[in-house]
Amino acid sequence: MAQIAPVGDDVDTRTVAVARAQSQPRRSKKFNYQSVIGTMPMIVAAVGVFVICIIFSIIWSFTNSKLFPNFNFIGWAQYQRLWSTDRWIISVNNIWFFGLLSIVFNMVFGYLLAVFMDQRIKQEDLFRSIFLYPFAMSLVVTGLVWQWMMDPNLGIQSAVRQWGWTNFEFAPLIKNETAIYGLVLGGIWNGVGVTMAILLAGLRGVDAEIWKAAKVDGIPAWRTYLFIVLPMMRGAIITAFILQCTGVVRVFDLVIAMTQGGPGVSTQMPAVYVIQHITDRVNVGQGMAAATMMLLPVMVLIGLQHVLQWRANKARSKAA
Amino acid sequence: MSTQAMATGGPAGALDLSGPRGAKPRRLTIGRIGVYAFLVVAAIFFVLPLWVMIVTSLKTLPEIRQGFLFNWPAELTFDAWLKAWDTACTGRDCNGLKPGFWNSVKITALSVPVSILIAMINGYALSFWKYKGSELLFGVLVFGAFVPYQVVIYPLIIGLRELHLFATLPGIVIVHTIFGMPILTLLFRNFFASLPVELFKAARVDGAGFWGIFFRIMLPMSVPIAIVAVILQVTGIWNDFLFGTVFAGRENMPMTVQLNNIVTTTTGVREYNVNMAATILTAAVPLVVYFISGKWFVRGIAAGAVKG
Amino acid sequence: MQHSVSIKDLSLNFGHVKVLESLNLEVAQGEFIVLLGPSGCGKSTLLNCIAGLLDVSDGQIFIGGRNVTWEEPKDRGIGMVFQSYALYPQMTVERNLSFGLRVARMKKDEIDRRVTRAAEILQIGPLLGRKPVELSGGQRQRVAIGRALVRDVDVFLFDEPLSNLDAKLRSDLRVEIKRLHQRLKNTMIYVTHDQIEAMTLADRIAIMKNGVIQQLDDPHTIYNRPVNLFVAGFIGSPSMNFLRGQVSGANFAVDGASIPLNGYKFDNEPNSTIEGVLGVRPEHIAVGEDAKKMPFSIESEIEIVEPMGADTIAWTKIGGQSLTFRAASEVHLVPGQKITIGFDPARGSVFNADSGERV
Repeated sequence: MAQIAPVGDDVDTRTVAVARAQSQPRRSKKFNYQSVIGTMPMIVAAVGVFVICIIFSIIWSFTNSKLFPNFNFIGWAQYQRLWSTDRWIISVNNIWFFGLLSIVFNMVFGYLLAVFMDQRIKQEDLFRSIFLYPFAMSLVVTGLVWQWMMDPNLGIQSAVRQWGWTNFEFAPLIKNETAIYGLVLGGIWNGVGVTMAILLAGLRGVDAEIWKAAKVDGIPAWRTYLFIVLPMMRGAIITAFILQCTGVVRVFDLVIAMTQGGPGVSTQMPAVYVIQHITDRVNVGQGMAAATMMLLPVMVLIGLQHVLQWRANKARSKAA
Repeated sequence: MSTQAMATGGPAGALDLSGPRGAKPRRLTIGRIGVYAFLVVAAIFFVLPLWVMIVTSLKTLPEIRQGFLFNWPAELTFDAWLKAWDTACTGRDCNGLKPGFWNSVKITALSVPVSILIAMINGYALSFWKYKGSELLFGVLVFGAFVPYQVVIYPLIIGLRELHLFATLPGIVIVHTIFGMPILTLLFRNFFASLPVELFKAARVDGAGFWGIFFRIMLPMSVPIAIVAVILQVTGIWNDFLFGTVFAGRENMPMTVQLNNIVTTTTGVREYNVNMAATILTAAVPLVVYFISGKWFVRGIAAGAVKG
Repeated sequence: MQHSVSIKDLSLNFGHVKVLESLNLEVAQGEFIVLLGPSGCGKSTLLNCIAGLLDVSDGQIFIGGRNVTWEEPKDRGIGMVFQSYALYPQMTVERNLSFGLRVARMKKDEIDRRVTRAAEILQIGPLLGRKPVELSGGQRQRVAIGRALVRDVDVFLFDEPLSNLDAKLRSDLRVEIKRLHQRLKNTMIYVTHDQIEAMTLADRIAIMKNGVIQQLDDPHTIYNRPVNLFVAGFIGSPSMNFLRGQVSGANFAVDGASIPLNGYKFDNEPNSTIEGVLGVRPEHIAVGEDAKKMPFSIESEIEIVEPMGADTIAWTKIGGQSLTFRAASEVHLVPGQKITIGFDPARGSVFNADSGERV
């Protein structure tokens, strides 16, 4: 954008042109300024919240803070206490179990729905609206409705029995061993529509000629879906998977609404444990220790992803 | 006007022209029936809770106590709805969901534009006005999207308390903005990155600066993606529970928190119909948004879910 | 002798749009037929109907004497090669070739025999362990052909297989496909929009426009005796010259010249004077001394010269109408130069200006 001043006798034109050229570097510094100002909220959030707050959480996990945070460091005591508390250990088991079940069922059911929706059915839009609307419902609403439906005396169990199947049982939330399945069911109802939408989009992104080739080769539809198309949908699958992982870790709302962690502690979750300890149980140090433990898997996953990325880049540069 | 082939030797070895011709008859195969059956059963699974919600809320308590969860009310009444809205009790206050509704409206109406505007500026700056460290900051932001809220929530409480913003309306708006930032910034950054960069360069040549280009060119262009963002945020913020419980305070308690309080207070008689009416009322707003926005919602999920 | 592929009165409608209309086509055993035409002419659609990937609205399709109109693609005795190769990306070349056979529960030694044979013919043996992403475009296309080969079928269908390749690769693979046909002697139905591919590969070309076959003939006939204006203008590069004028008896009258049609073989001699179009190919027009020996010659002035390297294309006018001709690159031509051009009308084509048909 440098302007070539016309070789003119007009001194003013030349001066202006020179000045304009000189003002370029000043302008570049100016735009950096503006950009930094404009993104100040992002800077505050990124640094202030996602870095500094995490650091403070970790720091306070090494203290004996009760109601208010202090800096009396007590070494690993909070963590020792944490890992010898039943409540916590059950929480950890629960989240892994819940996570595994939720993700597996979500992905399988979601893919099945996507496959069936891909069959050129009439009213595809209607079906999609029905499958997706639960996602617009709050997890609190989800939890409360399903809790009501799973009521042993007035819910589904009693309704079906009143229809004649007197031995029908469907009240997972009242028994310790089965309560977590109720939670899983509620979570799936809420989230599988999104999984389906993502996988369906991935399905439709596959080159149409692959389908033709499979038809000419005589490959039946189910095999095509499973062995040819599914491996080609890696992007969509990863997206759906990541979305679910983040959802699982945050499962707070659903638990509070549906079971409050019960019966007993059978549906305790780490997220609930943390909040309980910084509010009712007035033990900030414990809560922070639990919170830091929650951070660990995330760090490991991100580290893993970076390692894989680094190795993939190395391989690519080697091949090139 | 078709051209017959040049005669090649004798008559084409007697072709039986009486066989199948034209379109293959589409028989309703077992496969096809199975597909529809599966989808219909799935649809029933999804619609059932909504049906139960509606039906229960319209019944009288005695009728509910008889069971028959799925039946349409014998005696239809909107009493439960009125009670849920006006007089249901959360703790000591018995003003129904009304206050919660208006609080949610206030929170959402403030948080949505603020969070979207800020994220839009972020995405815009990250696409066209990168500076030293901007990509790193963005990386931290994305990392923040994966961090469980519980890890940062306590220091945030302390921080807001120090700033006298804890349990205030501005406080919760700030919280929603912060936690909505990662995904929304990603959304907008991807959008702006997909625009032709010549647009931006042309504006620079015309002499516009950071804010000029943003307000006069980029903002008007981003209406489609902004609609998606609005839908995502309205749904997400209205449905939020965790931040509402922690940061909103009693005066600004959102509807979801009130709802939970109403339903899980175990004092006295459990009024199932009121509970369900309250649930419907709380779910109403995002549900309406969903049904109105239709395809935009799907696009929003797909867009928001695409990791850069 | 039975035809390899017979298509009878084939029609295909998408809603109200008639994509194919009462099409008839007979392909002989071992013949290489090319379906040629511009985008949207229906050639790919026709191929997909033959393959069974599209349901027809009316008509019948016979392959090897058998009515396959309602059969699944896998039961029609065809193999198909696609424009984007459509190789299964997660599988090795060997698995790509054998997957269909394994699904059909063929015996392992039979599968191995077929795969080895295909690999030998297409020279992809060393590639058997690789995945498609590790192959070049040309190698992928050969694997795609191999996938059709292992099916041991009579009819091969090609859907613009070379369109995704660059020019050099295209000409290399074109020769390979011709060699393949000479070796295997299978019936091949080939779709393309590239006339060079059509001219070099085909035993017969079916030129299509708007779902209708305009002409079905061997390349030589199509080139020299096109049946209508569309075919005449589509084949040949640079394209045929068209002069509008009046046809009467043995004469073609244009502004300022009368071109004798004595040697011209009429298909449909008009019994009165009609508006006509005379088509002459640029390479059939001579310049200078050679021009004077022609049955028709005329003085004209050069307007534009386009040196192409191997030869030169020049533009001039007869009776106000543009004309291009080819000259050897050594011939000296400049714009404004007065020259004599001439041609033998017997080698040209005369068309009815209204109907576009050859007369």
